[in-house]
Amino acid sequence: MTIQFNEETFRDDYSFRNSDWAIKRFPFPFHEDSYMYSVNMEQHRGGPAGSVYEKRFDVDEHYVSEMRDRALVLDDDPLRCQSLPHMTLAGWDTLELIMVSKSEDYPDLFELHRDGDQWHWINRPMGIEQKFTFLDETTLPCGPLEYITRQAQGDFAVLDQRDEMLWMDAGMVTTQADWSLDFDIGMNFFEWHAPVPLAHEMGIFKRALKFLLNIQQGAPARRLNWTMTVNPLLDTSPENYHKWGIQKTQMTPETIGAKQHLRVELQTFYRLPRSNALLFPIRCYLIAFQDLTTIPKWGRRLHRVIRDLPEELATYKGFIDNRPMMLDYLSQFDDGQPTSPGIWPDLTSEPALKK
Amino acid sequence: MSKFQFPESILSRPVYGTLAPRPGKSHLMIADAEGAEALLELADRDENLMANSHIIYLPKDTGETYVDRLRAAGPNQLYVGPSFAAATQRIRHVLGQAHMGLQVYLTGTEGLIGQAMNEATAVGIPHTAIQTEHRGSVARRMQCVHCKGITEDVTTDPFVCSHCGLNLFVRDHYSRRLAAFQGVCIDAEDPGNVPDPVELYS
Ligand code: HEM
Repeated sequence: MTIQFNEETFRDDYSFRNSDWAIKRFPFPFHEDSYMYSVNMEQHRGGPAGSVYEKRFDVDEHYVSEMRDRALVLDDDPLRCQSLPHMTLAGWDTLELIMVSKSEDYPDLFELHRDGDQWHWINRPMGIEQKFTFLDETTLPCGPLEYITRQAQGDFAVLDQRDEMLWMDAGMVTTQADWSLDFDIGMNFFEWHAPVPLAHEMGIFKRALKFLLNIQQGAPARRLNWTMTVNPLLDTSPENYHKWGIQKTQMTPETIGAKQHLRVELQTFYRLPRSNALLFPIRCYLIAFQDLTTIPKWGRRLHRVIRDLPEELATYKGFIDNRPMMLDYLSQFDDGQPTSPGIWPDLTSEPALKK
Repeated sequence: MSKFQFPESILSRPVYGTLAPRPGKSHLMIADAEGAEALLELADRDENLMANSHIIYLPKDTGETYVDRLRAAGPNQLYVGPSFAAATQRIRHVLGQAHMGLQVYLTGTEGLIGQAMNEATAVGIPHTAIQTEHRGSVARRMQCVHCKGITEDVTTDPFVCSHCGLNLFVRDHYSRRLAAFQGVCIDAEDPGNVPDPVELYS
């Protein structure tokens, strides 16, 4: 299908909207009526046609506007994209993986022509055409990681692998759930995860690291993570928290359906060929409560998950103060009927809301 | 003086040990303030150590308290300086000329240990050749996550960023690269509501 790219903003007037198409394909993260941290990883080998899992790097209606938002963030704060000196090759690996995947998966949107090391890249939605020499930084307007991730939705962490450990040594981070690349760059897997409650004690990070260290080229993996965001703000950074934090307190029972968004990250893991680094794309999807609850199964389930979520998680995710208001709103969409297992909307088989 | 026992914390927060004399042809000791006590104890435990040692010492608010005693311990070289920034070029010079087998001892405040650790690892001194021991003030070196400015010797939570003036709370999340803890705006969700500062660990 051809995608109609939205003209929208993720700041100020927040004109971001999801179409019906985007609502139905939203990566709802709860496969049952409760949630706790787990080593929730699976192979990333596609998924149902039209779903966000189908392609290697999902492109959707928000693409062009998201890239515009990223450019604004970078103008304000160039430190959102950093790469330690030994990570340049991994940057080229990333550029290759994204260009090859996008041109194969979306041939009507992206083209890549390669003649030896002479590459020609065409990005139609963004109106970009670039001829360059692969592995020659002087032929691109900026470093390879920055160049390609200014044209790819989601954040990217690039992990160097050494001493049986992953090190966050490069990244492009402008749509993050409240963590700082500038602060975390150079840390290892356990250090950057240090602030997460409960999961260390549960042994989750030890098992997750073991899994990641063994990811092979050509066999990527994926998982979902989620949090809550008031207003469709992509840049919920600690850097700007003193500016956006106040928005968390500006919701009312009348506006919560439009303002409160479930924020889901589709995280994927790719082994890179030349550098042996691990690429970690973190793709952020936002959906307003009022849109999400148009899917009866999701409305029922979200209410139960948020109601029963351990306090530590609600605090860490930053919505403990708003939880009562969220539950008041969501309870309208929970009629107590059972929900079908799995994350899919099951629109034809799930009963309509009885209230 | 008894040593402060830091409470259990998250995994990014550094932990410190106790300095012990190690065999080696040369020793570099970098200390500030009460860190001098740890060096004097080292000297007591191995009488041959100091003859092959270069001490870089920043007394800070301890003034002259330890300087004579350090000199009397008989180090091969003793530098007494006003600040880490002032000593940095000298530290780099010494580390740059280091031979295999140099033993490094870092002691004093967390800010001193963290910054000196970065200098040592930057020139490839292996972690196994570097020892640390916390002594003296529990003050922290803090990075403001908003303006990126570093505020040295923070002893209260919250505190005021010395660069942008925001009121910041003190996190345990620590960056070795910056040798700093993270400070985050405390009144973002309720502007003006800043709790009274309390001493760290009180
Ligand atoms: C190597 C790639 C990964 C990177 C770069 C990464 C990065 C991060 C970062 C920066 C945070 C925020 C920490 C903070 O509060 O400052 C985080 C949170 C978290 N990470 Fe990872 N992570 C990775 C892989 C994984 C994997 C494989 C798991 C599997 C279980 C995992 C589980 C979590 C959990 C449970 C949280 C807390 C999220 C929440 O409650 O909202 N991470 N991660």
